[in-house]
Amino acid sequence: MSRTFGLSEFLFIVAAVRWTLLLSLVAFVGGGVVGLVIAIMRTTSSRFVRLLTGGYIQLFQGTPVLMQLFLFYYGLSVLFDMQVDAWPAVALAFTLYSGAFLGEIWRGSIQAIPRTQWEASACLSLGYFEQLRFVILPQAMRISIPPTVGFLVQLIKGTSIAAIIGFVELTRAGQLMVNVTFKPMIIYPIVAALYFAVCWPLSLVARNMERRIDADLGVKRHF
Amino acid sequence: MHYAFHFNVVWDHWRDLAEGAWLTIELSAIAMTIGLVLATVCAYGKAAGPSAIRWAIATYVEIIRNTPFLVQIFIIYFSLPALGISVGANEAAIAAMVVNFGAYGTEILRAGIESIPHGQIDAAKAIGLSRLQTFRHVVLFPAVKTIFPALASQFILLMLASSVVSAISAVELTAATNSLVSTTFRPFEFYFVATGLYLMMALAFRAALGGVFWMVFMRGQQV
Repeated sequence: MSRTFGLSEFLFIVAAVRWTLLLSLVAFVGGGVVGLVIAIMRTTSSRFVRLLTGGYIQLFQGTPVLMQLFLFYYGLSVLFDMQVDAWPAVALAFTLYSGAFLGEIWRGSIQAIPRTQWEASACLSLGYFEQLRFVILPQAMRISIPPTVGFLVQLIKGTSIAAIIGFVELTRAGQLMVNVTFKPMIIYPIVAALYFAVCWPLSLVARNMERRIDADLGVKRHF
Repeated sequence: MHYAFHFNVVWDHWRDLAEGAWLTIELSAIAMTIGLVLATVCAYGKAAGPSAIRWAIATYVEIIRNTPFLVQIFIIYFSLPALGISVGANEAAIAAMVVNFGAYGTEILRAGIESIPHGQIDAAKAIGLSRLQTFRHVVLFPAVKTIFPALASQFILLMLASSVVSAISAVELTAATNSLVSTTFRPFEFYFVATGLYLMMALAFRAALGGVFWMVFMRGQQV
């Protein structure tokens, strides 16, 4: 006998939004730390360091997130012969994934700052990390915000994949309710609408900021 | 760590993996081709259509870009049959990939179209080209040349995202790997090799698309 789709089922799905948001937040913050380190290492003069971090980015951008998730969730547990919980496995996989993307976005932002800025701050006898901290990063930060917010949208959508290994977030909650109510044509559009409600405002913010920065930099857009 | 690796088990099942990888390539190539046509039509409609069509296309693009691919697959595969539209797993996978790629492709092409100076379009009109001829020869061709790298990246993202269609029993590389894992109990080895295969496919596709770019846009041009 199946349950009917009523208010409590609806609220169960809505409540699961918090797990999607929490997972996205953990992965975004963790990935931000990893990404910053990667971005800085990618812009150093050492060829070896650049190659190493380039390989990391290629590895995580060139393979499906789902595979990374499987490797962390099923692979690590047999490798170290221990029970790996869904939370740490999923959080770690998405942290490393977003680290690779944020690292690449921020590398671009750092490299967009003219060389002369580095040279000028070197003339002021600032050390390497002082140059980064006081001159380069504050400027790079500004241009990096729109693509960073854009990636956040991608990350929030991407966390839906955690549902495949049974991690209960928005998509998994929808699946669970479909299993007991047999109403996929109502539930999945609701799930989609909830993602949209979270992601669309972020997309709009990102686009507006991009326009404003473009306007400041004198980039013309016809439409 | 006292884990004994058994990669020879993977080698024993290379045929299943190869078949899965081939289906991944097939699904991606078909979806990209149809998706590219869809994206071109939508980009044309968005640039030159009446406002109702422009609005409809913008809505489509925003909805797809702000909801997860996995949920889009679920809607096509599980929700549509409830309305009497029944689709097989592979068809649903292709449909979801086409709809998804179409939306991103529309945005990428739009950016390319915007990069064409308006004077060029006026010039095309002045020498008597029709609207469609203008779009094809004067707008689309140079626009695609400009945004080809972005399109290629989006295609590789599509190929990697196709791993998610394993959730609806389309037996591409990820699903093939999953079933091998469940019969051999060797998750690390299989996921490791499958991840490597995806990486190789991503690199191969990048090289192949680079070749396409050279053949279509560079050959016969004086440097």
